[in-house]
Amino acid sequence: MEAWRFYKKTLKLVVTGGPAYYGWCLFLICIIVVSFRYYLYQLDHGLIVTHMRNEVSWGMYIANFTYLVGVAAAAVLLVIPAYVYHFGPIKEIVVLGELWAASSIVMALLFVFIDLGRPDRFWHLIPYVGWLSFPRSLLAWDVLVLNGYLVLNTVIPVYMLVKLYYRKEPNWKLVIPLILISIPWAVGIHTVTAFLYNGLAARPFWNASILAPRFLASAFCSGPAMVIIIFQVIRRISYIQIEDTALFKIAELMAYAMFLNLFLLGAEVFMEYYSDTLHLASLRYLYQGLDGHRVLVPWIWTAFGFNVAAFFIFLLRWTRKWLPTLNLGCLLIIVGVWIEKGPGFILPGFVPGSLGEIYDYIPNQVELFVSFGVWAAGLLIFTLFMKVAIPIERGDFVHTKYGKDGGPARAMRP
Amino acid sequence: MADNKLTRREFLRTVIAAGVTASAFSLASCTKEERESFLQKHFLEMSEAEKKQLVARLEERYLKEYGRSFNVSVKESVKGTLWGYGLDLSRCIGCRRCVYACVRENNLSRHNPQTQWIRVLRLKKGNLVNLEKADQYYDPPEVPEPNYFYMPVQCQHCENPPCVKVCPVHATWKEPDGLVVVDYNWCIGCRYCMAACPYRGRTFNWSEPKVEKEEWNTDVHYLGNRPRFKNVVDKCTFCVQRVRNGRYPACVEACPTGTRKFGNLLDPESEMRYLIAHKRVFRLKEELNTEPKFYYFFAE
Amino acid sequence: MAPPPFTPGIFPCSSCHAGMEPDMKKRELSMHTEVKLRHAPEVIKWCFACHDPTNRDKLHLIDGELIDFTDSYRLCGQCHGTNFRDWKAGIHGKRVGYFSGGRRTYFLCVNCHNPHDPKFKPLKPEPPPFRPQDKRNG
Repeated sequence: MEAWRFYKKTLKLVVTGGPAYYGWCLFLICIIVVSFRYYLYQLDHGLIVTHMRNEVSWGMYIANFTYLVGVAAAAVLLVIPAYVYHFGPIKEIVVLGELWAASSIVMALLFVFIDLGRPDRFWHLIPYVGWLSFPRSLLAWDVLVLNGYLVLNTVIPVYMLVKLYYRKEPNWKLVIPLILISIPWAVGIHTVTAFLYNGLAARPFWNASILAPRFLASAFCSGPAMVIIIFQVIRRISYIQIEDTALFKIAELMAYAMFLNLFLLGAEVFMEYYSDTLHLASLRYLYQGLDGHRVLVPWIWTAFGFNVAAFFIFLLRWTRKWLPTLNLGCLLIIVGVWIEKGPGFILPGFVPGSLGEIYDYIPNQVELFVSFGVWAAGLLIFTLFMKVAIPIERGDFVHTKYGKDGGPARAMRP
Repeated sequence: MADNKLTRREFLRTVIAAGVTASAFSLASCTKEERESFLQKHFLEMSEAEKKQLVARLEERYLKEYGRSFNVSVKESVKGTLWGYGLDLSRCIGCRRCVYACVRENNLSRHNPQTQWIRVLRLKKGNLVNLEKADQYYDPPEVPEPNYFYMPVQCQHCENPPCVKVCPVHATWKEPDGLVVVDYNWCIGCRYCMAACPYRGRTFNWSEPKVEKEEWNTDVHYLGNRPRFKNVVDKCTFCVQRVRNGRYPACVEACPTGTRKFGNLLDPESEMRYLIAHKRVFRLKEELNTEPKFYYFFAE
Repeated sequence: MAPPPFTPGIFPCSSCHAGMEPDMKKRELSMHTEVKLRHAPEVIKWCFACHDPTNRDKLHLIDGELIDFTDSYRLCGQCHGTNFRDWKAGIHGKRVGYFSGGRRTYFLCVNCHNPHDPKFKPLKPEPPPFRPQDKRNG
């Protein structure tokens, strides 16, 4: 049957490749194996093997989770130009972008999973099987919304790719509504994640209305930056055509997001410093240090520098449209937003604590290695997706009735 | 089109079959106790018979693991009670006897990690509750110290608890008698409730609790001081194992200066009602609208 | 009600004082030297402000009424009225045992406060909590 042949050929595609492919996959698998051993150690001895304590009960794992949800949400910055504005150059690559969003969501969900104290009880989170506290708990919302987004961003690209495999037109009446839903859904996942922090009156650093807009702004900087870099890598190692105009369009949209990100940061800083209430303590801990505790200070100022530099690179047309500076800008914004949205967001929420205590949380070896493993797992999943998706897109991997090199490559324009 | 349908259906079939087989294998490889523990229902959904079974299973496990025979109670809330707590800030001398009485009564881990449900803050005289300047680690040779006053803080058993609001699996809830409790067998350890609590009321068992064999308090309540395990959240329960039988919590009894008061807010004759009527009480962080039932006051 | 915390063997006082003449002068005592009297303003600070000179097994109130040691709270309540009122309602002093159901216990004032030297001495505090980064905390 065709289905069986499809599976067999997918498997063959995934396990055969050039030395670079093997090297990359082996590298990722090694990281995953080491990280898994650290995770088992964490499961065995309890979360005490991390540096999280009662005072700072969320650390590196949740920091990475927050960042990755933003990265996943940013796929919408590809979907809108592709399907709403029918911008040709992006339309060709939107499927790959959606698969990257799916991989990011998998990483985000994995980060929450490894942060759980009792992952064996995750079935308590399944509606009707366990007792999911929907709609009262924002974490319950997040569970539903993130998994829904994962389903959307797996089903849509896989459907498109399978249709391409069969050289058939996708049933647009079916797909377009799903695609259009995925746009507000992408905004939704990151808004829900922001609300998760926003709704906690106990943490004045997070209990600010500016959180949701800031999350979205920073997501639309860092996510597409990753996409730009990934697409250049794909362009180099396969023969898929990705036009520069596509990348520059994404970069142009990012420039607006970067401005918004910096503007909202300014708004936050002004409000806290000018009002000068006791709630300023968290922001002061972040940017200046509090009572001699200055762990985060060099990090956040580096992030600030990176973000500002990246903003100027993306603002000026000649740096934005020249690939070397564009790539530099992308790297800067990826790291800058990671610092700002990961540790630079989670940790000041807990410092000073509810009773005024200050604990300088620094992730330790266990947390770092487990985190590397999750990133490696996501990259591996994305690599495997690409190993199948790119040949389909190129037209090399098609239904057997078209033979090895049958017909024109692209059949996917409505 | 027919080919496609086959592909999708086949795919789904394979995945579901694989999932079911895997779960069947892993469940079959567990002991009966592990399986029952894994599939345990939520406490609020259990019938009386199931609760009895649960108590028997737990007592058996505790005997095996800790070598002591425990009495696990699942006593429900007493009708017509709403527990309230009073703390006289003019009398607290910061001696921390309450902290360690709680540790002993509630089987809290002594080290790795050290769990203390009560935290005593030392505040400078001159401002009432400036928590930014609070010190928990004071260690003078004698207390009270001249320029300071002391304020112990524990779970406030709010009427409008933010921790209950955010728990994704209903592992924590407010009982009819006002106590906010945790079902340790349902908690998934996500620690969202700890982020939500404004009073540092909740602690996490970062590792298996360390209690010496002779130090176990064997009169326990399922929702209170029974031996817990790593990676779940716990908190002060106003000594649910005591108060539902009419006894004072351990911290109230331990205080040498008579700082702590406890009673039933619904009983007009109770000392708590007298306290609220005759002394000027306040609660912490009242602007957060959590409606704590922990009343601070100054008797003189 | 809890019993008064007598030193063993000291009660009944009349076993020694029955045949002795009361000496009303304020002075340093030759017996009962372990009692350091640091209670009440100088003008009334003297044994016979509370102890009855004629019947040592009793205390006396301001109007002369004799009371047993088991009712000593009435004596304290004369000057410490607010605390007495709070104590009767149950919000002054240490609470132990059962708080309801007719099984409430009350301590006498003197069960906690030494009537001759009532001010509480400072205590050595129990150890502070381990800091989060302490090795004993993980």
